[in-house]
Amino acid sequence: MASTASAGRLREPTAVRWLLRLVAVGYVVLLVVWPVSLVVRYTFADGLTALHSAFTDPLVTHALQLTAMVSLLAVAVNLVFGVGISLLLVRTQFPGKRVLSALVDLPMSVSPVVVGLALLLVYNPRTGLFGRGLDAHGIQVVFATPGMVMATAFVALPLVVREVVPVLEEIGDDQEQAARSLGANAVQTFRRITLPGIKWAVVYGVVLSLARSLGEFGAVKVVSGNVMGQTQTATLVVEQKYQNFDQSTAYAAAFLLALASVVCIVVVSVLRPSESRES
Amino acid sequence: MTTALVPRIPAPGSAPGPGAVGRPARRRRAARPGALGAASGLGLGVALLWFSLLVLVPLAMVVATAGSEGWSGFAGTLTSSQTLSAVELTVAQAVMVTLLNVVVGTAIAWVLVRDRFWGRRVLDVVIDIPFALPTIVAGLVLLALYGPDGPLGVDVANTRAAVFLALAFVTLPFVVRTVQPVLEELDADVEEAAASLGAGRLTVFRRIVLPALVPAITAGAALSFARGISEYGSLVLLSGNLPNRTEVASVRVLTFIENGDTTSAAAVATLLLLVALAVIVLLDVLQRRVARRG
Repeated sequence: MASTASAGRLREPTAVRWLLRLVAVGYVVLLVVWPVSLVVRYTFADGLTALHSAFTDPLVTHALQLTAMVSLLAVAVNLVFGVGISLLLVRTQFPGKRVLSALVDLPMSVSPVVVGLALLLVYNPRTGLFGRGLDAHGIQVVFATPGMVMATAFVALPLVVREVVPVLEEIGDDQEQAARSLGANAVQTFRRITLPGIKWAVVYGVVLSLARSLGEFGAVKVVSGNVMGQTQTATLVVEQKYQNFDQSTAYAAAFLLALASVVCIVVVSVLRPSESRES
Repeated sequence: MTTALVPRIPAPGSAPGPGAVGRPARRRRAARPGALGAASGLGLGVALLWFSLLVLVPLAMVVATAGSEGWSGFAGTLTSSQTLSAVELTVAQAVMVTLLNVVVGTAIAWVLVRDRFWGRRVLDVVIDIPFALPTIVAGLVLLALYGPDGPLGVDVANTRAAVFLALAFVTLPFVVRTVQPVLEELDADVEEAAASLGAGRLTVFRRIVLPALVPAITAGAALSFARGISEYGSLVLLSGNLPNRTEVASVRVLTFIENGDTTSAAAVATLLLLVALAVIVLLDVLQRRVARRG
């Protein structure tokens, strides 16, 4: 790459380079590395006792199961929606496309509490716009699993789209058109041509969505009602345990969540460069 | 590297090499997106319906609820002393953190792209941790080092410094990840030409590199500000949410919700929503302008 070659010829004075290096590494260590390593150390301060007692606490295990279920559902919803809307945004032309493409990014910048409030205003069984009608038909959205899945899907919505859209733009539609002209139908073209092309982008999008979904806190807190042993997710358990001075369980649950999300990030950053070298 | 984290701002005037994906290729190859067929039309309908039910209608309801007591009700909520001080604190801390990110984030991106040293790959991965870490865990993690029992002996819990710290943590990746790809795509020729004409490194940085980075830095700063002002989870355990002292706008919204005062909650939420919208529009304009110039 051009920048690698230039790094040799256009070098900063050694003092400047060391200063920048020191600032970058020092800042990241003080802000991220050291604090995160402390939580890992606190979790294993008494060996595996904290993790074991967390896993035998029915509140924690229920919360972990709930988090896993809600996250998987939200990721599935975002996968279908994300791939679909990416195809539409890149491959078709319709009025309002630019507005839609900008709006898809909106959920990432909206406060999770605002997301919760927004869903509450529409789906609250007593006062909500649609909530009353749905409640009359016996469907409860807010304070139940559907609402939590919606809140989680809301905050992780743009992740799949942001991964898939650039790749779709890059591969172009020449091969798709060739397949069509040879008689392949839409499903065949998607399965044989488009999907293999965007496969890795979809994988990254799903993994990042999963990381984001597992960790959702604010939106779920508002929408779930935070009922212990019922609608309390793992992140909500961390808050409650910490505030009830059950710090070892809080650290253990936090460690599990952090582990899951860090594994997701590492998987993506390890996979990504090797894949781009291939292509 | 996690590109999904931030929208991509291309380097102005960069040659579309193998590393440059997206815009140049699209203009050449996929210049004729098809009109909507019956199947895509149905797909678009379903997608729009879901997007409306999930995002558009709920957010519109927030604005409608905020306006249900008229302008005076809306303004009254926002100017009540506790809410006003929460909003002021949030904006002030978000601005300060964004300025810090502009400087340190650009420095980190520079080190990641132009420097070679042991552990650089690890640093690159660590930058994404604040994005991946659940916000409540982020608060807990910071409390471990900067809380009452921290090994440094610094206790920022329940102070305004805690708000600053939490926002700095969660917004760390934004400027780094917007600047990094632009710096990678930047042509070395211009820098070499300037250097061969006698410009010092500082002049080259100020006159050549920095102008090329400005759109990316602006985008990163906008994202960082939007994230800072909407932050909630990492502050719950760290800042103590003391009214008039460490209470931020999102916490104010939650308090209103818990007290059943959804109109006031919606008023503050609308303010946050407007900032988020402004950031989205700014990013869209930036992306288009840079793509056009390049």
